[in-house]
Amino acid sequence: MTMIDEAPNSLGYRPFSVGGFTFARDEYFVTVEWPTGNHQMPVDHWLRCIQRDVAWEFFYGIVNFDSVIGTMNHYGTVDMFAGRFNEAYRRAEVDYNETFDEEELLGCFRAMLSDWTNEGYDPFAAPLETGSAFGPSSGDNDEAVTRKRVVAERMVSVPGDEPLRSDESGFPVNRAFADVDQSEPVIEAEPGYESEVCSFNLYAYLSRSDVTWNPSIVSACKESLYCPTTEEFTLPVIHGNDRVEWFVQLSDEIQWDVEDRDTGAKRARVIMKAGDVAAMPADIRHTGYSPKRSMLLVWENGSPRIPEMIAKGEAPVHPVDF
Amino acid sequence: MTQYTTVFGSLEDYSKGGVQIVDDDPKYYAFSNVFDVASRAAPYEKVAVGKNLEYVLEAIRAEGTSEWRATPHDEFALVMDGTVSVELLDPAVELVDPASSGSITLEGRPDGSPMGTVTAQRGHMTMLPAGKAYRMHCDGVGVVLLQTIEGPDTVYRWGDICQTF
Ligand SMILES: [Fe+2]
Repeated sequence: MTMIDEAPNSLGYRPFSVGGFTFARDEYFVTVEWPTGNHQMPVDHWLRCIQRDVAWEFFYGIVNFDSVIGTMNHYGTVDMFAGRFNEAYRRAEVDYNETFDEEELLGCFRAMLSDWTNEGYDPFAAPLETGSAFGPSSGDNDEAVTRKRVVAERMVSVPGDEPLRSDESGFPVNRAFADVDQSEPVIEAEPGYESEVCSFNLYAYLSRSDVTWNPSIVSACKESLYCPTTEEFTLPVIHGNDRVEWFVQLSDEIQWDVEDRDTGAKRARVIMKAGDVAAMPADIRHTGYSPKRSMLLVWENGSPRIPEMIAKGEAPVHPVDF
Repeated sequence: MTQYTTVFGSLEDYSKGGVQIVDDDPKYYAFSNVFDVASRAAPYEKVAVGKNLEYVLEAIRAEGTSEWRATPHDEFALVMDGTVSVELLDPAVELVDPASSGSITLEGRPDGSPMGTVTAQRGHMTMLPAGKAYRMHCDGVGVVLLQTIEGPDTVYRWGDICQTF
């Protein structure tokens, strides 16, 4: 049962609860409690995490907010957990898991984002581009926290599909991409073929992204989804995918920390520079660091067959055998 | 304000990162580099650099004019280096089973109506529409990353292109 109508505390922030979890914020921290424990996290980090969960509708697999708290997507239902992917919590048997209808948990996170995000703070923005999340409640930033994720049916710029970005549509070139060429391809379509002879400048499109760490679909080859994103500072979550995921570094550099998905033990660091391609195996979790705003192509297989293949143990853990 | 330089890489100028292992096998990451692969490929060879079940990403060295190809589903060609033009054609008869996967090579230019041409440079992404035919051309040497499904011409050489230790 979700509780989102509690009276605010003395700082002006409302507490929330969903199932056995309760959430409260003060000037700096969120405090999460569940029947077998409690946990704290800096509130700016918390808002960045629940913002991704809301925008991605829990994405693929596991979204760890840190080594204790996170969500696991079952595509219709979703688990919220504490200590489930933490060896010590499990050994001590204080880990906790609860399954929700995805709309219930989304509703709770959306209400929390609206109430706990202060005017001038944007959980999608890089730290250098936004204000402070801390202090007593002051105003809101509902415009930022309710952004719609781009989901192209065929490809951005195809007539009737997701539009290009421009100054006029409210997407100026980001300060870190001021040198990115903005010229569009030369398209010479014969009469009648205008809707099928389509091309656009993906790098210019990405240079105008106003969000970080938010993979959005720009093209779909059946279930093969190009989800490029612009990255700066750290990926707030530790993503534990349920399937193999691929990265193509389109510009600049990202370094990834890769850990065992279940225990958090370190497995590798992956250094990706422009043109590099790497897979993330299905049994790891990863978080990334981008010192300069960069362009990353996240490549996902959105096949609805995959959850069933995972359940039967038929989904590959490693990308290719050679 | 800080002046930033965005690094995209090219055939002439790229540097590779890599997997630094703590406790793992680098092969699990299938780590390669599109420019490195294209620099060692034959013109228009379709070398897989990514594979997720039947879906693939192919690195293509664009050099001169390609053969004509027909695709049963949308494919998407991202130019990562050079200037590559794409000529599209609407075939008079069905060239490829719409239920099949992966594009196929055609024997010469098929009969049909010209749809148009796209001239794409670095960062430009072009749709190669389902049921149509296309060919590419590059005056110098370019690099294309193709989003598609594995087909008869997909080349796998993971052991040559990926970091193994
Ligand atoms: Fe991920």
